[in-house]
Amino acid sequence: MPLLRILALAVTLALGALAAERASADEAQVSAAIQKFATADGFSGVEATIQELGAIGDPLAVRALRALGENELKVTPDGAVVIEGADALLDPVTGETVAEKGPRLERIRIKNSIRSMIDETISALTLRAADPVVRMSAADTIFAAADPEQLEPVQAALAAEQDPDVRRRLEQAVAAIQLASSDDPEIIRASIEVISQRGDQAALGVLLGYRNQATGEMADAADEGIEAIETRLAMWQAGQNIWYGISLGSVLFLAAIGLAITFGVMGVINMAHGEMVMLGAYTTFVVQETIRNSFPWLFDWSLLIALPLAFLVAGFVGLIMERGIIRHLYGRPLETLLATWGVSLILQQAVRTIFGPNNREVGNPSWMSGAFELGEMSITWSRLWIVCFALFVFVALLFAINRSSLGLQMRAVTQNRRMASAMGIRTPWVDALTFALGSGIAGIAGVALSQIDNVSPNLGRGYIIDSFMVVVFGGVGNLWGTLVGGLTLGVANKFLEPYAGAVLGKILILVFIILFIQRRPRGLFALKGRAVE
Amino acid sequence: MISVRKTALAAATALSTLTLALSAQAQETIKVGILHSLSGTMAISETTLKDVMLMLIEEQNKKGGLLGKQLEAVVVDPASDWPLFAEKARELISGNGVDVVFGCWTSVSRKSVLPVFEELNSILFYPVQYEGEESQRNVFYTGAAPNQQAIPAVDYLMNEEGVERWVLAGTDYVYPRTTNKILEAYLQAKGVAPEDIMINYTPFGHADWQTIVSDIKAFGSAGKKTAVVSTINGDANVPFYKELGNQGVAATDIPVVAFSVGEEELAGLDTAPLEGHLAAWNYFQSVEADVNAEFIEAWKTFAGAERVTNDPMEAHYIGFNMWLKAVEAAGTTDADAVIDSLIGVTVPNLSGGYSAMMPNHHITKPVLIGEIMDDGQFSIVYETPGLVPGDAWSDFLPDSKDLISDWRKPMECGNFNVATGKCGGKGS
Repeated sequence: MPLLRILALAVTLALGALAAERASADEAQVSAAIQKFATADGFSGVEATIQELGAIGDPLAVRALRALGENELKVTPDGAVVIEGADALLDPVTGETVAEKGPRLERIRIKNSIRSMIDETISALTLRAADPVVRMSAADTIFAAADPEQLEPVQAALAAEQDPDVRRRLEQAVAAIQLASSDDPEIIRASIEVISQRGDQAALGVLLGYRNQATGEMADAADEGIEAIETRLAMWQAGQNIWYGISLGSVLFLAAIGLAITFGVMGVINMAHGEMVMLGAYTTFVVQETIRNSFPWLFDWSLLIALPLAFLVAGFVGLIMERGIIRHLYGRPLETLLATWGVSLILQQAVRTIFGPNNREVGNPSWMSGAFELGEMSITWSRLWIVCFALFVFVALLFAINRSSLGLQMRAVTQNRRMASAMGIRTPWVDALTFALGSGIAGIAGVALSQIDNVSPNLGRGYIIDSFMVVVFGGVGNLWGTLVGGLTLGVANKFLEPYAGAVLGKILILVFIILFIQRRPRGLFALKGRAVE
Repeated sequence: MISVRKTALAAATALSTLTLALSAQAQETIKVGILHSLSGTMAISETTLKDVMLMLIEEQNKKGGLLGKQLEAVVVDPASDWPLFAEKARELISGNGVDVVFGCWTSVSRKSVLPVFEELNSILFYPVQYEGEESQRNVFYTGAAPNQQAIPAVDYLMNEEGVERWVLAGTDYVYPRTTNKILEAYLQAKGVAPEDIMINYTPFGHADWQTIVSDIKAFGSAGKKTAVVSTINGDANVPFYKELGNQGVAATDIPVVAFSVGEEELAGLDTAPLEGHLAAWNYFQSVEADVNAEFIEAWKTFAGAERVTNDPMEAHYIGFNMWLKAVEAAGTTDADAVIDSLIGVTVPNLSGGYSAMMPNHHITKPVLIGEIMDDGQFSIVYETPGLVPGDAWSDFLPDSKDLISDWRKPMECGNFNVATGKCGGKGS
């Protein structure tokens, strides 16, 4: 018995030593292969080295491959391959610090086809990774690539897999590979079944790809699968259109809401409204630039800091405009139009002179970048936040107008200027503050728009016509009208766009508004009473 | 008192001498007109070209000018207003008496000045890639014709990335429409089925790309490798690329190759999500050549360290040097003499080779394909083996395939129809 135990121990030890030796042998092999990147001859040399790493099949290579894909794999002047970390040079296999960060690192150049190759190689190597999320994305990459050579490793990984979600993805990957390579009608039928149950756009892509070369019964089976997926996707498509419409609508609403106050409430045709939006966007740029240079850790807060500043900057310019120009022109709409048009040109050229004619880069804070999937819809965070922000602005403005004393005075002056004046309200100041409020709101709209549009001197131009359209359509002098008007136009535009195209869609919307105004000259929500006259 | 009067007298004399000297010098300059928008929508692109011309003229003056005279730049601002281009061109030629004009960006602005240059018999250098289908005696096209940009780019995607399905997306005006017409004919000639081509146009300054990007995604998931060929112009590019990045369309899934996006346009963008998307040009700032390094350094000293160089700037560099050489050869700035001596002139381009002016008033250029990198520059992934001569009349459009252009004597015709053997076809 003791003898047996000793024997067993000896065998275990020997096996262990053998395994350790193999591991280090693999590590040396991987390390040597990675080193070849330094001498790789052009793109084909890099491709050959990646293939070699894939053939070794050791997950140790994943770190270096990831770095290569992210342009962080560099060659030092003395020909060593390293990963350029945040503040040091790292070993491409172990990830340990090997040297201080030095100058003149040469990047290993890659291109799209190499990027796909890297993704596929990494997937093959991470099929057994510890993290289920990594395994799942590996399975998805293999699903899309459907490379017959991966069939055996995937099947082996499937046999060992415990997690039910990852199992399903692996089964789908197997089905995609078999669909691409097998001739057996039974296997193909089963594969089509598995893939059509997946039901997303990637699955549709695989089935359509198969359908292109299939014949007879198999083609019918594929058609069935395709139809099932398409029916499902069509529903999501409608949902997606509504969402796009709401998000476009909220952008229109944001651009127009300041105008709803200056034009809607005060009756001033302010052609420089778009430039107030632009000033807000440039304020965001200046804030971000300051933060980048002096307080980089504040970057994610940059938009929140920019909001009050943009309100003040645009509001202040608005105040000067009202006091300097517009108040002399009340009751003369044509002159107001021309004067504010002139102001808009002056503001544009001033910004062009100060900041240059080029687009300025306004970054997205991390919480506004990227997208998330909701079923088959992808919703981008920036759009979602803009919708929320638009609603917030609306509620805040509604509150300010209905509950604050300035709001009360504003409404009083709009409804009956002489009576308000007789009650002791300083109507000129109320006019000035109202105009400043409208301009300030346009400024904060600029902060939001800087996230999705160009920050250039022409930014405002693109929104002025849309803004007037929304205000006129929604009904002059009514915030609710602007909200409903903006959202209606947004949704209508997005439902027309897939069928009519962007150009024709826009024309149709214009025609619709013209017809609508013919029937209801006061817009959706018309103000009633003497005030209108 | 006397001393004051003396000083005043001396000052007056000095001043008058100076004025005389100045006016004498003014008589001896050669005037170069610069016709680029400095305000309005196109200012974003055209201001840079005005700056590069000022730099080139300043450098040439340091080298001693031309024909023993100094060059003098005359800058006007047509303000992105197409009819105003014609007025300003007339003002430059008849009013200021310039001998050559470097200018225009959009095709419509070029079309607007054509009659003026013809009538007053002057010379225009046009530096921007355009749709072709034109060859005019007074105009020299230093930008790319479609066969020097669009066709090689499509070839690259077809051969190197195995693309089988195509989205042709453009802004709705003449350059994208003509280019897409040529590309559609070319792709179909290469055996691409009509249902594998999707064409989409958007208005100028289009800002909401959600639907189109998701359409492209859907079109791209039909089991065939898909690419987008983008002739989207100007400002609309920024929201387009932002939307691509946000919706996660990576270059490895659906690459976008653009013909109007250069270093200048990328300056307003966070390029990290765009890595791997492509652009086709005849020059990139990242070209490795000594002459390019010198040019970039001169430009940064002249205009500022953060400025970038781009393809139309190279076109002006080539055009300006060609004009200098032709004037020296002709020994005069007289338009007829210079127009004749320009053909065949060969000057260095910035990618380390030479460009020649051909009889059809287009030039030879290399075609480069670059991938966007995270620092806003391009990594060059492909270069045509030799120079590609610009073709004024596309071989893929039915009504222009029989036309050729040759401004040498005795033909002297911009649209000679080889089928009928007569001068005059489309565009006459």
